[in-house]
Amino acid sequence: MLKLEPILHPSTLSRFISERTKRNSSLWADAAVFAGLLAILYALFVSARVWFEPFAPVANISSSPRMLPLYAAYSLVRISTAYIISLLFALGYGLAAAKSERAAKILLPLLDILQSIPVLSFLPGVMLAMVALFPGRQIGLELGSILLIFTGQAWNIAFSFYASMKGIPRELDEAARLYRFSAWQRFTQLELPFAAIGLVWNSMMSVAGGWFFLMACEMFVLGTRDFRLPGLGSYLQMAASEGDTRAILWGMGAMIAVIVLLDQLVWRPAIAWSDKFKFESVEGVAPQSFVLKVLRRSGALAAFYRVAIYPVEERVTHAFVVNKSNVTVLEAAPQNKFKTWVARAFSLIAVAVVAWLAYRALSTISQLGQRQLFFLARDAAFTFLRVNASLILGALWTVPVGVWIGTTPRVAKFAQPVVQIAASVPATALFPVLLLLLIRAGGGMGTAAMALMLLGTQWYILFNVIAGAMAIPTDLKEASSVFRFDRVERWRRLILPAIFPYLVTGMVTASGGAWNASIVAEYFHFQGGTLSVRGLGAAISRATDSGNLPVLLAATVMMSLIVVTMNRTLWQRLYRLAATRFKLET
Amino acid sequence: MSQTTNTPITTALAGGDDNEPILEGRALEKFYLQPDGARIQIISPTDIKVMPGKILALLGPSGCGKSTLLRMLTGLSVPSAGEVFYHGRKLTVDPPNVGIVFQSFALFPWLTVLQNVEAPLEARGVSGAERRERAMRIIDSVGLDGFENAYPKELSGGMKQRVGFARALVIEPEVLFMDEPFSALDVLTAETLRGELMELWNDRKIPTRAIFIVTHNIEEAVVLADRVVVLASHPARIREDFEITLAQPRSRKSEPFESLVDHIYRVLTQPDLEHEMPAEMKSAPAAPAPSPAAPAPRYVRLPHVRAGGIAGLLEILVDHDGREDLHRVSHQLMLESDDLLPIVDACVMMGFARVEQGDAEITELGREFAAGDIQKRKQIFREALLANVPILQQIDSALLSKKDGTMLLDFFHDLLDEHFTDDEVRKQLDTVIQWGRYAELFDYDSVTGRLSRTKP
Repeated sequence: MLKLEPILHPSTLSRFISERTKRNSSLWADAAVFAGLLAILYALFVSARVWFEPFAPVANISSSPRMLPLYAAYSLVRISTAYIISLLFALGYGLAAAKSERAAKILLPLLDILQSIPVLSFLPGVMLAMVALFPGRQIGLELGSILLIFTGQAWNIAFSFYASMKGIPRELDEAARLYRFSAWQRFTQLELPFAAIGLVWNSMMSVAGGWFFLMACEMFVLGTRDFRLPGLGSYLQMAASEGDTRAILWGMGAMIAVIVLLDQLVWRPAIAWSDKFKFESVEGVAPQSFVLKVLRRSGALAAFYRVAIYPVEERVTHAFVVNKSNVTVLEAAPQNKFKTWVARAFSLIAVAVVAWLAYRALSTISQLGQRQLFFLARDAAFTFLRVNASLILGALWTVPVGVWIGTTPRVAKFAQPVVQIAASVPATALFPVLLLLLIRAGGGMGTAAMALMLLGTQWYILFNVIAGAMAIPTDLKEASSVFRFDRVERWRRLILPAIFPYLVTGMVTASGGAWNASIVAEYFHFQGGTLSVRGLGAAISRATDSGNLPVLLAATVMMSLIVVTMNRTLWQRLYRLAATRFKLET
Repeated sequence: MSQTTNTPITTALAGGDDNEPILEGRALEKFYLQPDGARIQIISPTDIKVMPGKILALLGPSGCGKSTLLRMLTGLSVPSAGEVFYHGRKLTVDPPNVGIVFQSFALFPWLTVLQNVEAPLEARGVSGAERRERAMRIIDSVGLDGFENAYPKELSGGMKQRVGFARALVIEPEVLFMDEPFSALDVLTAETLRGELMELWNDRKIPTRAIFIVTHNIEEAVVLADRVVVLASHPARIREDFEITLAQPRSRKSEPFESLVDHIYRVLTQPDLEHEMPAEMKSAPAAPAPSPAAPAPRYVRLPHVRAGGIAGLLEILVDHDGREDLHRVSHQLMLESDDLLPIVDACVMMGFARVEQGDAEITELGREFAAGDIQKRKQIFREALLANVPILQQIDSALLSKKDGTMLLDFFHDLLDEHFTDDEVRKQLDTVIQWGRYAELFDYDSVTGRLSRTKP
């Protein structure tokens, strides 16, 4: 029999480093890995130093471009920390919901609601609480912003993980049960790999969303108190506020550079790597990444894995194999009575706490007079119109352009990456800049609010329309030429039905984004004053500014209700239609 | 598969009395309780024994509950009633030491061949070096040498199933369970694998004491098994249980082989009649008396076939002067018995054909149908449906009685779910819609979920 060299152990990292690595390890690949590690360490070190500095609510933000790398590093550390917390939370939440049907009954609807609560409504509460928790240290403010970003990115990852766990093919699950996989082995060899692709894509979306909130919470006003954290977002806001065109251009350049770098250094390798987890029996065209190749070629990384990680992994796996025979494979184990009682007691307490809080919230809201509630409803109507108008406007220009790009391979080749980057530039970062331009051009806040929402939403639609247009099967296109469809017929019979499911997906995402954007877009601190229009978003921002809890609560609840209702009635129905009638089956 | 496995396989074969069953199911039952208290019986009380040294084939039409029975014996599924015994002890939380080869292979696509085979050992806490050695040995013996570091998606179907075998065998299971292991493979590959498996088994090179194979392929069962248990469906119950005494390797062309296959066809097409057994098989010793036939169902279950399939079978019968052996029909149509039998059922249900002694014979009406043009066929089909199929009668009269001639399909969904599981209700309705559309009785709008009467 063949004598084998030690073979890498199945684990997340070993999959990262393929067998090929050891053979073509090269010096420069190792050098690149070390350089990357150094950069990350340095950024962490610098940020940590700031975190434990004495409390300075208003950081002094320099408009010198030389400070930009540092600011970018601060923002990056914030967003990475938030992302890691989100991922861990999402894995736990998804596991809990997937493993216990009783937990799922509460956790799933909760997820649905959490997803539709406008995150920025939490800003005052979270920030003040965190500042109070760490008096005299900058870390309170930093943790506050991280927590806010977390609330913006955790839910969809959790949902994706849960859905993946529920989608594990029955026979794979049975194999794992029959062969007595421990919980750990099951998690690392079945659940996590099966969920990997969904996790990567949702992480990308979440981090893009995270930038949106990061930009908003690096610089804000609570009542009379001004808060400012050094970072890319505050730099851009400063620059726009002062009308400093040079600084604006530098800031935007830095922003785009960061996003392109993240795309190249993190997301592309992650996507190329996750291709391995595709649950397909046939091999297709795999996505490529240069960085991943470098990592795979690095002998140092492979050696590090062999020496430091593999033994630990081996030990963890063994530790989980507690007793060889004491593994449950049967579907239902006899219920432990004591456990049931403890669970019941806990649920009772949870229900009581929730009921009490809900009661408190309602009684807070009930302090509002009928007149105030009426005003809020009117504001909601304005925002509703604005959100949907911006959606329609967005669809109007993105559909023809998207179809053109998607059906012209020559254009798609360079336009798609550009759109991808444009889509991931956080709209909040551009708000101040755009506002400045509009005011210079003589537009009012009304136009600006719409433009800002459009800026935040249109990319999702464009992105999806391009994907839809690219997926139109060639034979259908050929058939429509054979039948000599004119332009109108072609659109009505082929293009619109074919892109419909994609359009719906894009519009759903865009709609959620537009509601969230309204909080920033309708009310803005600018050049020492505030600019605002009538709307629910403005009401939330104003209540945040003035610390008006009843209005803040009522407006937030109202916005969540509208988003949930819209999802349940309009979007879900369109989704169903897209999944049944307009599904292109292959 | 190569011959490197010279080491005697002691672990699996040691211990255990050869006359004691390894696993035994007593009065195993599976049923679902509907919210209104109605009970949908999937498997009637069934006794089954897995004896050492034997290959047992569980044979029956697809969807009859064979796989569920396998899952109850392996501990993957809990019986609704009855008990599984493992070496005479009740199977509770301790899983039996068995392996399963799955129809869909069920390999982890993100693990290499070696990692896939190592996984069950890892779960048992076998340490690195030993794990690798044992895995390599078994990989070698199933002929996967040189593929250790390939990922499943780089392998052909046959190679994938070899990995499935290696993974199941690496733990030296007492019973090797196989759930339709060859039905996802092409005919040639399946034949090769079957041959290699039998070679390993006959030479005692396979580290297991018994094999339990679930299949719907009659020939496969007769080629492999020492004992065949034939299930009838709805609900599943043992129809026949016999031993095959033909020597291995068995030739498919031999007369005794064909008469065995023929006999099983007879049992499967007319499960409620008594059939005389050929000499090559004998009733299993102490075989339980075949369970009584299920009480006449209150509802007629539709076989899931298309009108085109019915016409195809009838045309073949016409070509053979109206009567032909089903075994031969299945060869001519290149259909497995599993695909053929539902078509036969449908023909019988409509009165287009009769089944007798494993042969199908066309009726006068069937001849008329086969000879007709499209419109004529539709008319005959419509009349046959309205005469023989209760649910289509119900739908037709309901649509007639409504002023606008339309009705929600959901209404009939509720009628059916007293008798079937959700999944089966959906399939039944699909067939109802297929047949109704073909017969031009009604049309169905999938967006509104409405049936509407076809205007005459």
